[in-house]
Amino acid sequence: MADLSINFAGIRSPNPFWLASAPPSNSGAQVHRAFEAGWGGAVWKTIGAPVLNVSNRYGALHHAGRRMIAINNVELISDRPLEVNLREIGEVKRAWPDRAVIVSAMVESKPEAWREIIHRIEDTGADGVELNYGCPHGMSERGMGAAVGQVPEYCEQITRWVMEAAHIPVIVKLTPNITNITYPARAAVAAGANALSLINTLNSITGVDLDTLEISPNIGGRGGHGGFAGPAVKPIALNMLSALGVDEVVSKRGLPISGMGGISTWRDAAEFLLLGATSLQVCTAVMHYGFRIIEDLCDGLSNWMDSKGFATINDVVGRSLHRISDFKDFDLSFRAVARIDEAKCIRCDLCYVACNDAAHQCIDLVVRDGARAQPVVREPDCVGCRLCYNVCPVDGCIAMAESPSGRASVTWDQLSRTRPEVTEDWEAMKRYRGEQGIHIH
Amino acid sequence: MADALTEHLPPLSGQEALVESNRCLYCYDAPCTRACPTHIDIPRFIRKIATGNLTGSARTIFDANLLGATCARVCPVQELCEGACVLGADHKPIAIGRLQRHAMDYAARTGLAPFATAPATGRRVAVAGAGPAGLACAGYLARHGHAVTVFEKRPLGGGLSTYGIIVLREPVDIALAEVEMIRRLGVSVETGAEVGSSITMDDLLARFDAVFLSAGLGATPQLGIPGEERILDGLAYIEQSKLAPESLPRAGSVAVIGAGNTAIDCATIARRTGATRVTIVYRRTEREMTAYPHEIDFIRREGVEFRTLTQPIRATEAGLECVRMQLGDPDASGRAAPSPVRGSEFLLSAELIIKAIGQHRPPLAAQLGLDTDRGFIRVNSGYETSLARVWAGGDCIRARGAASTVMAVQDGKLAAEAIHRTLTGGA
Repeated sequence: MADLSINFAGIRSPNPFWLASAPPSNSGAQVHRAFEAGWGGAVWKTIGAPVLNVSNRYGALHHAGRRMIAINNVELISDRPLEVNLREIGEVKRAWPDRAVIVSAMVESKPEAWREIIHRIEDTGADGVELNYGCPHGMSERGMGAAVGQVPEYCEQITRWVMEAAHIPVIVKLTPNITNITYPARAAVAAGANALSLINTLNSITGVDLDTLEISPNIGGRGGHGGFAGPAVKPIALNMLSALGVDEVVSKRGLPISGMGGISTWRDAAEFLLLGATSLQVCTAVMHYGFRIIEDLCDGLSNWMDSKGFATINDVVGRSLHRISDFKDFDLSFRAVARIDEAKCIRCDLCYVACNDAAHQCIDLVVRDGARAQPVVREPDCVGCRLCYNVCPVDGCIAMAESPSGRASVTWDQLSRTRPEVTEDWEAMKRYRGEQGIHIH
Repeated sequence: MADALTEHLPPLSGQEALVESNRCLYCYDAPCTRACPTHIDIPRFIRKIATGNLTGSARTIFDANLLGATCARVCPVQELCEGACVLGADHKPIAIGRLQRHAMDYAARTGLAPFATAPATGRRVAVAGAGPAGLACAGYLARHGHAVTVFEKRPLGGGLSTYGIIVLREPVDIALAEVEMIRRLGVSVETGAEVGSSITMDDLLARFDAVFLSAGLGATPQLGIPGEERILDGLAYIEQSKLAPESLPRAGSVAVIGAGNTAIDCATIARRTGATRVTIVYRRTEREMTAYPHEIDFIRREGVEFRTLTQPIRATEAGLECVRMQLGDPDASGRAAPSPVRGSEFLLSAELIIKAIGQHRPPLAAQLGLDTDRGFIRVNSGYETSLARVWAGGDCIRARGAASTVMAVQDGKLAAEAIHRTLTGGA
């Protein structure tokens, strides 16, 4: 049985799953119950500046009959008094010494304010602190949260203040509402942060009510952008996670990363680990189904690790990162073609219409013996775009089969160095295609 | 025992319809659409349910099938659209019938007009019979702007939908609402008016530019056995269960003669109105039964017994005297001919005996001297009869294949297009 325990910048936890700083970690009673259910840790809902909340604060994106493939919120940081939060944090930590208790914090951008909150957090016995540089709504209007995370200089300055005061590990949580995630990450690294976490929520408006024309959710006749999270954001989170993993400055320092953004199942969790996360934070899935999901998160991850021969979480962390590549380094001679297993095909013809209308017109409907037409790929014309594979509703019916192109392996980067004219001039490109036998119909 | 007099399947809730409609793959050139005799664009109407466009969904159905509300309930979907669903092989087929009902219920609830009608052409068409074929023909002719009058001999329109489909499948108000919808298209429906008796064909041809005959079939034939006056007519029994349920004869033991879909329906009603023992008596074997297999399964689960290879020979106060049969060579219908086994007579005790052994050929054919095919009105591929300016469709032309509501609607629709082409001088 795989060992799921982790040591994250000195913070130990029996499994990599932590509640993210959010409504599920809003109170001692909730975190107690989460730990009883088996959660490895919890990042306490952000404490700091005084706030007031509004109703209808959670919007949601539903899709094709499935509820809440993403949530959107305009809830602020904890609206419970600071003293209550600090007292409960201390109680939880004393009751659960083996679990990771991390406290998310956000205060005004003044050194004394940060110094004070850090010291008060340390007094609770908490294992670490997470700096919330990500909250995209409300707090950012007051110069906190994403307003810090979006400006690398602020990010670095505040992290320096915190590092001067802190004696426990400090995690800097990054906002995804920025063009290049490596800039604030490098700033945090430069300031001496012990770890990074990402992603916070994305700016979003979930929709407009077509009956009332109000923004959804409707907050007293108004609405506005909130933080988007849940299954729909996972690909964005994985991209930003891997961007840190392959960034020279960040990866050289070897800072552990706490990954989050749409983790709902152990499968999602394994993908975050493979792309460089050491601890995993979960919020939306808990808001949808409750703390009980931890059982399958651990069980599924453990069974998968056993089946793959991974003994520890560290065996998994970052294992697929070396495959992350820029387009310029892809092998232009790699070729795959779609193959349809006619025995499995149910003849919905979705591959046909997708290929014909939206891709490269290389699937034909072939009528044999008066039976219902069978979609058939014209392999020589197939560019291997993979659209048919993606729309096919039958598991294992369409395969993308590797089909050697017969051409020597070459990347765009190599081509632009060895044959620069080919990458700059269409006539040269045509000649190159001719000599290589590349025909695009 | 469930109530005999309410609809068997509940409507889908909004969320159920949303989930089920999203399960549809939206096949290209979908086999369900091909399997539907009226060729409703099923993936299109289902996708419109999924997007919350119920108006568009209902109109997609009406475009191909004006009686979508009835068909959603009475169609043998297992044999047609759902039977063709590509998800049937290793999943569950999409519940197309129930989704169609969801869209049709919305249309009924909101009084949605199925389509806009064209400006009046000044052309007049008479329709004989307000069953599914007649109503469909009238509605589609009205769409083209023709003035249509439907003559119906019975007090209510709807034909078998009103009188012959058990409430379990289709409540009366659904059929009557369809008649009202056709009326709102500008069609006049005159009840108590029978073509061939109170109105002559000459009269119709004098007053109208075209006539469409959709008069259905004749009465239930005689068994020709002693005591037949004790035996109820199955169609009358079903009609009573729909329109006067409080006076429906009830009995502890019931014998139903015949094994077609009407017999199944009679047995269902008998069972659900309190009979503890209901027996279907059929002179051949289950293989030759004309009822749909899923209907036979259905009444087995309802607790109805089958006595196959059994022929009634006399109805008495005690019940139905029968004789056992054996199968021989195929007869004219292609089915094995049964013959009695000497000395095997027995009494099946029954307080109530019902016969559902099919219907006579349409009497109108002979009355009007029309060319016939095996007793049914003969039409060409354009639904024209042997009489000029007279078209026909529905059960009265169904010389081959099983009669069904959806086939009747398709006849009415295609005949309407043929009549329209003729009236407007098209090909």
